[in-house]
Amino acid sequence: MLTMLAVTLPYPFEPLFMQRALIATVTVGVFAPMIGTFLVQKRMSLIGDGIGHIAFAGVGAGLIAGVWPIWTALLFAVGGSIGVEWLRARRRASGDLALALFFYSGIALGVVLVSASGGLNASILGYLFGQPLTVNRQEVQVIVGLGVLIVLAMLTLGRVLFAVVSDEEWAGVSGLPVGVVNNVLAVLVAVAVVAAMQIVGILLIAAMMVLPVAGGQLLAHSFKSTMRWSVAIGVASSVAGLAASRIWNLAPGGTIVLITAGTFMAIALATRRRGRSATVPEPGDPGHLAEDLGPGEATV
Amino acid sequence: MRPGFGSDQGAAPLLAATGVSFAYGRSAVLEDVSLQVRPGEFVALVGPNGSGKSTLLRVLLGSLPAQRGSVRLFGDAPAALREPWRLGYVPQRPTLASEVPATVEEIVATGRLARRGWWRPPSRQDREAVRHAIGSVGLGELALRPINQLSGGQQQRAFIARAFASEPDLLVLDEPIAGVDAGSQALFRDSLAHLMADHGAGVLLVSHELSAVAQDLDRVIVLKRRVLFDGPPSELMAGGVSLGVHSQDLPLWLEGLT
Repeated sequence: MLTMLAVTLPYPFEPLFMQRALIATVTVGVFAPMIGTFLVQKRMSLIGDGIGHIAFAGVGAGLIAGVWPIWTALLFAVGGSIGVEWLRARRRASGDLALALFFYSGIALGVVLVSASGGLNASILGYLFGQPLTVNRQEVQVIVGLGVLIVLAMLTLGRVLFAVVSDEEWAGVSGLPVGVVNNVLAVLVAVAVVAAMQIVGILLIAAMMVLPVAGGQLLAHSFKSTMRWSVAIGVASSVAGLAASRIWNLAPGGTIVLITAGTFMAIALATRRRGRSATVPEPGDPGHLAEDLGPGEATV
Repeated sequence: MRPGFGSDQGAAPLLAATGVSFAYGRSAVLEDVSLQVRPGEFVALVGPNGSGKSTLLRVLLGSLPAQRGSVRLFGDAPAALREPWRLGYVPQRPTLASEVPATVEEIVATGRLARRGWWRPPSRQDREAVRHAIGSVGLGELALRPINQLSGGQQQRAFIARAFASEPDLLVLDEPIAGVDAGSQALFRDSLAHLMADHGAGVLLVSHELSAVAQDLDRVIVLKRRVLFDGPPSELMAGGVSLGVHSQDLPLWLEGLT
């Protein structure tokens, strides 16, 4: 498949390494915003960052143990993610504090393990800041495989995930399996973090989950369309960022995220006059407007 | 009394609490509370702030265990319902504040998940039930609007529609009309009548304020740590002030009752 693409793709995607990078990056551009839409709705936008730091400890452990760091990162990230969820669900700590506990323990363990394994080298920096241009065939396969898993899970469980992240208390009373759903989401976040780690880097993973959603929700009028817009923004930013990084020799992970952030700002400027938070007057019921109007202006 | 309201005294209770007590540490919040809601019955639970209403509601719904006494929802322990969709629950606002612009229809559709099995895609019947629920609270024309663009009263009706979507046998509402405009209150009252008429459902309304529905109530239960009164609103009117409830609270509950 890769050889065939090599014939057809134009500059800057003509070399094989760029095509591998393109496949991996577009995959991340699809699954990261998809899962991010649920995280934003759950008000846990920054969880990806915390789990990324735990994954960093996993990378360190892999280097010491002589195991491929992807697997150890996956192990650590899944464990950490379930741990955060366990603390949050039992209200042993607020979502924020649970995150901080794992976040700092994770990065501290990562620093200790990485130094013990011989200190910072190019491979460690790649995990921290992303290295899409150097991913090999096997790594692309893992990223695409994990990505497909995440997308299938989202498509299958989307409705119940939406119900639980939107209103957890109500979902519990209504007999939905809140605990199971929250843990599945936690595992999916961990898988997404590890799959995206080599592309945008541990330090920027949360950005790929959340920034496309920030832009998408300004354009959309429903949860479903927010997800579609976010994926569109994620994919477009990934392709543009990858191209820009080759053309101008920039760090790809950072470039992709900067383009996503720029896209959000452009959308925010273009839509700022729409007054999204305003109250909707009900057709044929003008009487309630005076008491129902919030601080915003009413628009139809 | 409106058509559709009126209890079925012979039927087994949908909800029955017997001798329920609960304490946070040493301070007793509920003492020996017993109550029942039967099919087709419209019951209001009232009480001043700190009377234990919220704690009782959590015990009745199974999110807190009763320390003494027992609760039965459809004959089951509330934390282990075999058919949880039979309970429609409308929480106090604002338990849902949508970050992402989810539509009324998307939110109401979640109310159908427990009934059809959350792993199944919606059938035509499910979609019809969602549409019907939205229509019954008068939000048909706003079904595709993001819920965070609606007024407080409209949002509250959307949450009621979410509870209606499972076609519940018992509807429990926590302070549903506080701060809601008059137009929404009238629609709220109509939609309750509709649910009770269509499905013979029972309704338990926990509220500070009964004026919108006072005429329709079968029974009022006054709670202040224990049940002070349980009977028809007219009897409460006659003997109300002697209940020892804060005297300023009573007129509010009974406003609209004549």
